[in-house]
Amino acid sequence: MSAVAKALSPHAGGASRFERNAATRDAGIVKFLVLSLGLIFFAIFLLMPLVAVFLEAFRKGAATYFAALVEPDALSAIKLTLIAAAIAVPLNLVFGVSAAWAVAKFNFPGKQFLITLIDLPFSVSPVVAGLIYVLVFGLQGWFGAWLSAHDIKIVFAVPAIVLATVFVTFPFIARELIPLMQAQGRDEEEAAISLGASGLQTFFRVTIPNVKWALLYGVILCNARAMGEFGAVSVVSGHIRGETNTMPLHVEILYNEYQFAAAFAVASLLALLALVTLALKTYVEWRISHPATKEAV
Amino acid sequence: MSHSKTHRVLPGFGLSLGFTLAYLSLIVLVPVSAVFIKTAGMTAEQFWTAVASPRVVASYKLTFGAALLAAAINCVFGLLLAWGITRYTFPGRKLVDALIDLPFALPTAVAGIALTAIYAKNGWLGQFLEPLGIKIAFGPPGVLVALVFIGLPFVVRTVQPVLEDLDAEFEEAAASLGATRWQAVTRIVFPTLLPALLTGFALAFARAVGEYGSVIFIAGNIPMVSEITPLMIITKLEQYDYQGATAIASVMLVISFLLLLTVNGLQSWAAKRTGRTY
Repeated sequence: MSAVAKALSPHAGGASRFERNAATRDAGIVKFLVLSLGLIFFAIFLLMPLVAVFLEAFRKGAATYFAALVEPDALSAIKLTLIAAAIAVPLNLVFGVSAAWAVAKFNFPGKQFLITLIDLPFSVSPVVAGLIYVLVFGLQGWFGAWLSAHDIKIVFAVPAIVLATVFVTFPFIARELIPLMQAQGRDEEEAAISLGASGLQTFFRVTIPNVKWALLYGVILCNARAMGEFGAVSVVSGHIRGETNTMPLHVEILYNEYQFAAAFAVASLLALLALVTLALKTYVEWRISHPATKEAV
Repeated sequence: MSHSKTHRVLPGFGLSLGFTLAYLSLIVLVPVSAVFIKTAGMTAEQFWTAVASPRVVASYKLTFGAALLAAAINCVFGLLLAWGITRYTFPGRKLVDALIDLPFALPTAVAGIALTAIYAKNGWLGQFLEPLGIKIAFGPPGVLVALVFIGLPFVVRTVQPVLEDLDAEFEEAAASLGATRWQAVTRIVFPTLLPALLTGFALAFARAVGEYGSVIFIAGNIPMVSEITPLMIITKLEQYDYQGATAIASVMLVISFLLLLTVNGLQSWAAKRTGRTY
């Protein structure tokens, strides 16, 4: 389900209306049981791991914590993670906008099948996502011999890390934009064109402002996954310290070397990123569901 | 179709569809097809040896068993949480609502080491559970815990919007016709939620089957006992057995396709039932 569909729901967030209505109000004991069971589960399965990351990170004190973050291998892992996201997110942004434009503004045979194919990377195991690039670019792969003859390294180097990241984050922006742009239809764009606007003017002045929050939402989720991907990147990285390690892979190496405090220190940066992601996501959902206050803030 | 051809006022159809198809082919379709092309080059015996060796079969059992159980657990607690968030007011409701998506946002490796820190022998909960004879980390129960963690938001986020949109009228009508609250919930509300709940189940299951990062830290990865199927692919790759890795990957890909089609079918059923598009 897309964020936009959730936020545009006419009744989003109105829990109290169910409690005011005698027909939809549950008995106090039912409310108590549902909430306590649900919230205990929530606390154990979601809250506790989150808290554990930060507490374990500071277990050996702030000095160890910060030392783990500024160590050269950690810095190079942070750099590679930022590079991978900086390439993957814009590529998938261009793709998402282009796919949504084609799917939402035009009719053509096989459209539904195309939408299904766009979702495919979500259902492929991250490990398989890494493997496919090994099969194409690895030494045993389709282009392996040619690449090695020309001394080009893709697998076990930065290019494959970027490719694997692009693959796992492939649908994020497209799937936020497609349902919204389909719902909006093409009337506004057609009006703009018939009033003499060029295609690009229509796109940047009509389409983009209409979808900007959904676009931002997709970018936020895409970025979070790009920076946090582990399985796919792990297969193609080769785990060369200081060269082909992203932050999640660096966490794994530290953890396997029993440097738990350092592993959790780097992990806490990623957890912080997750919290920022959730905060931004909640804010964007709120902006989508409160369009009237658009210019007020 | 012909209508759109005569009426194509907007520009950019060829460009946007062309770029979409080219990018989709380059990043997804061609690399994924490599798995099937390489698999097609194997003899039946080679393929069978790779995908049906006892160690790999043990990994299927664990992966699918734990994924099914985790999705079922998520259905129960996901439904409770979705119900609580949409139907009740309580302090911290907005915060709980926002944090439900944590497993989507938290990198899987981080989740994996955090869960291990909680359930290991000397961990936060492990230190109380192990004396009771409950061993979670470094065995199949650890796999289950990790899969429950990553699957929860799928159920909550598919059920929640349906619950929010559900018109109070139906329950009012049931109450005015003399139904008890229990009857109204089980006979009116629950059947409406069922397609969404099944969709959530299928999504959580599909994600759990392919999950790797959060599982490997807590699973212990004992051959025949707690190895998941994605790990078998990694293991084969580390032994330079590309053929074996590819064969297992082809099995997983076929299952992914089938699950994707199932989810699509369920979603269109749910959309018909509730008049909502996903």
